[in-house]
Amino acid sequence: MGPNFAENYMSAVAMVLFGIGFFNLLLQKNLIKKIIGLNIMDTAVYLFLASMGYIEGRSAPIVTDGVTDVEAYINPIPAGLVLTGIVVSVSVSAVMLSLTIRLYRRYHTLNLDEISEIIKEEEENK
Amino acid sequence: MTLNQFLQNLPFFSIMIALISGVVCSVLPGKAAKRVNAGVIVTVAVLSAATLVYTLRTGTYFVYTMGHFPAPWGNEIRAGVLEALTALMFCIVMLLSLMGGYHKLDEEVEPGKVNYYYVLVNLLLTSLLALIYTNDLFTAYVFVEINTIAACGLIMIRQIGRTIEAAVRYMIMNLLGSGLLLLGICMMYGITGHLLMSNIQESVAQLAASGEYHVPLLVSIALMCVGLAIKSALFPFHTWLPDAYGYSTISSAAILSSLVSKGYIFLLIKIIYRVVGFEVFQETHIVNVLFVFGLAGMIFGSLSAIRENDVRRMVAFSSIAQIGYIYMGIGLGSELGMIAAVFHIFSHSASKALVFISTIGMTDMSGFSRKFIRLTGAAYRNVIAGIGFTVASLSMVGVPLFAGFISKLLFAQAGVSNHAGKLLPTMIVLAVSTILNAIYYLKTVIRIYVPSGVKDEPRTVFGANKCYTAAIIGFILLNFTLGIFSQPFVDMISEGLSMFA
Repeated sequence: MGPNFAENYMSAVAMVLFGIGFFNLLLQKNLIKKIIGLNIMDTAVYLFLASMGYIEGRSAPIVTDGVTDVEAYINPIPAGLVLTGIVVSVSVSAVMLSLTIRLYRRYHTLNLDEISEIIKEEEENK
Repeated sequence: MTLNQFLQNLPFFSIMIALISGVVCSVLPGKAAKRVNAGVIVTVAVLSAATLVYTLRTGTYFVYTMGHFPAPWGNEIRAGVLEALTALMFCIVMLLSLMGGYHKLDEEVEPGKVNYYYVLVNLLLTSLLALIYTNDLFTAYVFVEINTIAACGLIMIRQIGRTIEAAVRYMIMNLLGSGLLLLGICMMYGITGHLLMSNIQESVAQLAASGEYHVPLLVSIALMCVGLAIKSALFPFHTWLPDAYGYSTISSAAILSSLVSKGYIFLLIKIIYRVVGFEVFQETHIVNVLFVFGLAGMIFGSLSAIRENDVRRMVAFSSIAQIGYIYMGIGLGSELGMIAAVFHIFSHSASKALVFISTIGMTDMSGFSRKFIRLTGAAYRNVIAGIGFTVASLSMVGVPLFAGFISKLLFAQAGVSNHAGKLLPTMIVLAVSTILNAIYYLKTVIRIYVPSGVKDEPRTVFGANKCYTAAIIGFILLNFTLGIFSQPFVDMISEGLSMFA
C-alpha cells in the first residue's frame, strides 16, 4: 500500500479532486458553484489521464533529433483524450452557463431551491 | 467495389446524413427544416433496414474502419443484427413521436425558432446512432455528452420557467452520470491500454483469469454502470425525470422517455457484452445491485405514479417503473433476462411514446388542464387519442396481444429459469408491479370513458389533424406488431446478442 501510494500520488490527488468536484456539483445550491464543481470534476479526470500517460524521463513523441526508438517517448493517446475531453467539458459548461443566465434573468436568484419555490408559488397563484 | 463492401458503408452513411442535415437545418426556415428532418429519419430507417437484412443474410457482424488506421489504433464502427434492429426501431419511434407533436410545436416554440428544434432532433439521432454503432469506448463517451446536450435543448425549447428549471436539473444529474462514466472509461483504459471494445474485452478476460488488477477492474465496471444508471433514470436517481418529461413539449417528452434513456441502456448492454464480457460481468456482484435497484424502481415508480394527480407527471413516473423492469432483466444475469430487457426497450418505446402523444390530445380537449378529474369523458371529445391511450395502457399493464404482455412473459420466463435465487423476488415484484400499473392506468382509462354529462361539449372530428391521427395509428400498429408477431423479434434479439459476445 505505502510505496504503491507514493508512486501513484497523482492518481490519488485526481480522485480527491474528482470527489470534491462531484459533491460540489451535487450538493451546492448556487448554480455558479455547481458549474465550478463540474469543471473541477472534469479537470480531475484529465489529471488522472495525463498522469497515466506520462513516463518519467521520456519526452513527447515529436521526432526532432532523429531518435525513433519507442523507449524515448511517452504515449500520446491520453493527451489526445484529454484534448477531446476538454472540448466536451467546455461545451457542456457553456450550455450550463447559458441556462443559468436564463434562470437568473427570470427569477433574479442563483439558488436552485429558491427558484423551485418561486415556480411553485407561481403555479398556485394561477 | 462489390455490393457487399458498399453495404458495409450504410451505418456510417446513416450517422453522417443525420449529422450533416442537422447543420443544414440551422439555416432553413421552419417548414423546410421539418421536411428535411422527416426525410432524414425515413432515409436512416431505410438504411438501417438494409443493414438489418444484410446482417441477417450473412449471419454475422461486420466491422467498418473509420479513417486509415486499422485496429488497435484506429476508430471503428461495428454493426450486427441487434444494432441494426435498434437503429430501425429508434427511427420509427422518433418519426411517429414527431408526427404526433407537430401541431404543438408551432404553439409552444417561439416563432422563427422552430428550425432549431429540428437541428437538435437531428443531432440527437446522430448521437443515438453513434452510440448504437460505435466500437470505441471514448467515442461512446463523446456521443453520450452530445446526446445529453441535444436532449437538454429539446427540454428547454419550450421557454417557460418550469422547463428551464427542469433542463438545469436534467443537466446536473446527467453531468454527474457522465463524469462517473468518463472516470470508469479512463480507469478501464489505464488497466487494459486499449479503447476499442474488442481489444479491451481480450485484456479484461486475461486480467480476470490471472486475478491481476482485480479491484481497479471492479471499480471501473461499477463506475460505468452507475454512470449510465444515473443517466437512464434508474431509481433512486430519477429526481430530474418527472419535470423534464412532464413540462417539455410533447414530442420531446415522447423522444426523451422512449429513446434517450434507452440509448444509454443500450450502451450499458453493449459495455456488458463487448467490453467487460458477459461471464466476467456475471461473476461481479454488480449484477445483483442492478437487480435490487431495478426491483425497487418497479415498485416505487408505480407508487409515485398512483399518488400523482397530474396526468403528464403520472405518465412520467411510470417511466421510472419501466426502466426498473429493464434493469431487473439485466440484473437477472442470464441470456434470457437480457433478451427480455432488450425486448422491453422496444415495447416500452412503442407504448410510452403513444401514451404521451395520446395524453396531449385529451388534455387539449379538456381545457388544457392536466388535472386527473378534468379528463372525465375526454375519450369522447378526442376519439383517436382515447383509443391510443387505451391501447398503450393495456400494453403497459401487460394484456395479451399487446407488446407489454410479451415483455412481461419473457421476464417471467427468465425469472423462472434463474438458479441464483432470484426466482421468488422476480415473480413477486413482477406481480405486484403489474397490479400497481393496472391501478393507475386502468383508473385513467375508466376516467376518460366516463361521460362527463355536459351537453354539446366541443369535440375533435376524427382525423381532423391528419399527422396526429396517423402517428397514433402508426403506434397502435407497432404495438400490435410487437405483441402478435413477437417471435421473429425475439429471434433477432437473441441472434444479435450472440453476435455481441
